Amino acid sequence: MSDRDPKEEQAIAEAAAYGPMRVILAKVGYDGHDRGVKIVARTLRDAGFEVIYLGLRQTTSDIVSAAQQEDADAVGLSLHNAGHMTLAPRMVEALREAELDIPVVVGGIIPDEDIPQLLDGGVAAILTPGASSDEVVRAMRDAILASNR
Amino acid sequence: MSLRGLSPAQVLARALEGDRHATGRLLTLIERGGEGADEVASLTHPMAKGAHVIGITGPPGAGKSTLVGQLIKEAVRHGARPAVLAVDPSSPLSGGAILGDRIRMDDPESDCFIRSIATRGHSGGLALAVPGVVRVFDACGFGPIIIETVGVGQVEVDITAAADTTVVVMNPGTGDAVQANKAGLLEVADIFVVNKADRPGANEVRGDLQIMLDLSHMTGREDHWGRRPPVVMLKSLEGTGFGELWNEIQTHIEFLGIGSERERRRHLRQRAEVEARIEQIVHQSVQQVLDSQEGGRVLERLRKLQDSPASAAKELARLLLGS
Amino acid sequence: MDQEQSRAQSRKRWQTEYDRAKLRDADWETMSGVPVEPIYGNAPYPGQYPYTRGVYASMYRSRLWTMRMFAGFGTAVDTNLRFKDILRNGGGGLSTAFDMPTLMGHDSDHEWSIGEVGKCGVAVDTLADMRDLFADINLGGVSTSMTINGPANIIMAMYIANAEETGTERSRLAGTIQNDLLKEYQAQKEYIFPPRPSMRLVTDLIRFTSTEMPRWHPVSVSGYHIREAGSTAAQELAYTLANGFAYVEAAVAAGIDVDDFAPRLSFFFNSHSDFFEEIGKFRAARRIWATWMRERYGAKDERSLLCRFHTQTAGVSLTAQQPEINIARVAIQAMAGVLGGTQSLHTDAFDEAMALPTEDAARIALRTQQIVAHETGVASVADPLGGSHYVEWMTDEMERRAEAIFAHLDELGGGSILEGVFAGIDNNYFTSEIANAAYRFEQKVNAGRRIIVGVNDFTEGDSEQRDLLRIDRTVEENQLKRLSNVKHDRDNSAVRSALDELVEVAQDSTLNTMPATIKAVQSMATEGEIVEALRGVFGTYVEKATM
Repeated sequence: MSDRDPKEEQAIAEAAAYGPMRVILAKVGYDGHDRGVKIVARTLRDAGFEVIYLGLRQTTSDIVSAAQQEDADAVGLSLHNAGHMTLAPRMVEALREAELDIPVVVGGIIPDEDIPQLLDGGVAAILTPGASSDEVVRAMRDAILASNR
Repeated sequence: MSLRGLSPAQVLARALEGDRHATGRLLTLIERGGEGADEVASLTHPMAKGAHVIGITGPPGAGKSTLVGQLIKEAVRHGARPAVLAVDPSSPLSGGAILGDRIRMDDPESDCFIRSIATRGHSGGLALAVPGVVRVFDACGFGPIIIETVGVGQVEVDITAAADTTVVVMNPGTGDAVQANKAGLLEVADIFVVNKADRPGANEVRGDLQIMLDLSHMTGREDHWGRRPPVVMLKSLEGTGFGELWNEIQTHIEFLGIGSERERRRHLRQRAEVEARIEQIVHQSVQQVLDSQEGGRVLERLRKLQDSPASAAKELARLLLGS
Repeated sequence: MDQEQSRAQSRKRWQTEYDRAKLRDADWETMSGVPVEPIYGNAPYPGQYPYTRGVYASMYRSRLWTMRMFAGFGTAVDTNLRFKDILRNGGGGLSTAFDMPTLMGHDSDHEWSIGEVGKCGVAVDTLADMRDLFADINLGGVSTSMTINGPANIIMAMYIANAEETGTERSRLAGTIQNDLLKEYQAQKEYIFPPRPSMRLVTDLIRFTSTEMPRWHPVSVSGYHIREAGSTAAQELAYTLANGFAYVEAAVAAGIDVDDFAPRLSFFFNSHSDFFEEIGKFRAARRIWATWMRERYGAKDERSLLCRFHTQTAGVSLTAQQPEINIARVAIQAMAGVLGGTQSLHTDAFDEAMALPTEDAARIALRTQQIVAHETGVASVADPLGGSHYVEWMTDEMERRAEAIFAHLDELGGGSILEGVFAGIDNNYFTSEIANAAYRFEQKVNAGRRIIVGVNDFTEGDSEQRDLLRIDRTVEENQLKRLSNVKHDRDNSAVRSALDELVEVAQDSTLNTMPATIKAVQSMATEGEIVEALRGVFGTYVEKATM
């Protein structure tokens, strides 16, 4: 790994200077499939993140309230049913309303065609099934670094 | 308005106006340590309102967070503004942590504050952070302040022991009482809770506790404190026995008010905090000395077997203490 | 000499059973014309205790597994058309999927339901929807499977009320309702009430069906969702059977004789990609169930010992990358299910990793089963892998691993599996073990120690966009209109008094809630209203957000 991309080197250095990143993970809506979010939580923990897992069926106001008190650096939203087009923008909007300047990373079954619209709507990154640990960690880290630049 | 670019004093001003994110940010500053933390501590120290501090600890899986959840609901019902600091261990390998089981309030607008922090590996940091967090909560008008830790490590035990009222939670049937005894929890408890008391084995735990308390009576502990810690049987899931716990906490608060017990505890707490700070300063100086040219020279002699560890340490300590 | 004699006797008993069975009209030979026997190897044979080799002597020579395809979306009227189509094409089994609000005990007009109504199944708010769902279908002549858990008793009550309105007595109703609440707390997470009240409701339905509905299966003990949540094969096996034991203990504690309900407990397993592990799991499941039912729970009726199960291929194994190759995965998993002796099978559609299956994909899935059934020859011989050193070892190994878990639960419950399961739910034993297993697997995939074709090896560039099935919003609008009309037309005081009566019954755990639930649905109380009334007595379960 000596010939790592200089941008990646820089991100690693920035993240080290930032200190432990605190991330809120939650599931919204009815869907109870939590295999993915639990894997992501463990992956982030093992990459040095502090993960605050809120659990299933959280409302956006639950998440905002937790993000304020925990002073979280990012919100990770796990979605499995088809609700991503309504729930993800609602989350972005709720954080904006509360003046919380933190990125939202969405994970779940998201059809490719919906991705541009979600990104345009303010979602910082999207992780779909099959994303590797590195991709998960990098997406979260880069979203946090970008929102703090 | 976001908090970006605000000084600690400005963030504090916002927190005092009731901005929860600002309060959250102050806690982050405390947690990160260093100058920011010192500044927040200096700003908030004179603003102390004397909120009651409750420490809750016990073995993993004892049902502490369910209990804390009910405790803050009860506090809200009594018109209080409770705040919780939940401490979870960091992974020793990655330094990361999963801070699970954050208490859920039915009403996210409830006037309470819940913060999870990870131990972040070094015990000294936590010993410094917790009093800082308590101070921020107190300055912002929260109370009671509840500190929840897993009662396994010495630091965690010390932290909860420094509370005004220390509650030790146990489960039936898992040898919890014995474990708690080993961890030194029995020595620090003001109130015992046997959780899930509808399970088989609950009465055995109570029995074990009573025997241990009898023994500590023999050692004179009860005379010293002037009080034998009550044992509350709690059915956490059904929420029964809870009123009794609340009453026991109130009784303990009254007990602290008689005589100088509360003052004594707070004095001990401040003393411990200053001690932790001195230790931190000393620790840093030790590292500096070891890293210095002189340190390198001494360590090199040690490597060449020209010096013993004991004499090397003495030489460097003299250097450190400037004598 | 004795051993030889008993072997000969086993063989004779098997032969008698086999001769008694009605066989399908088929040629029992290979495609090249080589005649094959119905069984090979030694006793115990299929249909003989402990049933490792199969629950019936003749297995698929008598009846192929049921090719059950899970369907249903939109309004009750839409699904009704689908049902009638299935019946016209010779299908005798109707399988119903409900939408998320219905599964969670919420009405379509609940604030959380927006965007979810009719999406992953049919919306049923009131008896009126149940009438639409089964309109013009003779309920005495079909077998219905309903996949619902939290509000199972309410949906069951609606099914009964509708049947009786249309002239079919409840005793003639045949079918299955999933009603497996324990796995909800462990894996699927579609719970409403806390575990103990849920168990009481399950027991109520077991008791009710054991006296009034002899052809109904009141619980389908389901490991499928446990596996989907990330468990290992052995965990799926052990947790599912432990849940089965827990239901047995609860029903026995409620005063029902084990042989009065155990024959109507059925199971539902996942079939994943590790071929021999899956086959070992299925064979072990039958052996463990038979042994425990006889030895620990004292079942006398032979039918109480039979672990009969439905199998579905592993949805979680389907990849969004190169989705066509999922067809191969499904075929292999289907084969494992059949070689493991399943009684019915659902094969996943290859595009399910992305959304609800399209019609084409669902057809290919069904055809896959038909190829296994009619082209491969595996249905001619019962337990064709029995006697393989590897398969027998794997079966034993699965059993050993499951027994270790039972021992842990038994200890946790102080000698009761039921209490052990409750304790395991309460202290997150199941959820954390499952999540840890899922993470271990994921780490291996990440490190490249496990290859998922198309995901971490043999990848291609972006695959082309495929047509995905999307449900349009008119379904939701129609359903909301339907619900508001029903609420407008009904007698609210009758609803109130029916709900009051139900609450009163619910407060007394010695009473059965089923009759009062039937009365409540007849008053046109909605599912959501009934659930709310019961929450008042039972409370609401909130999962701890631990890992």
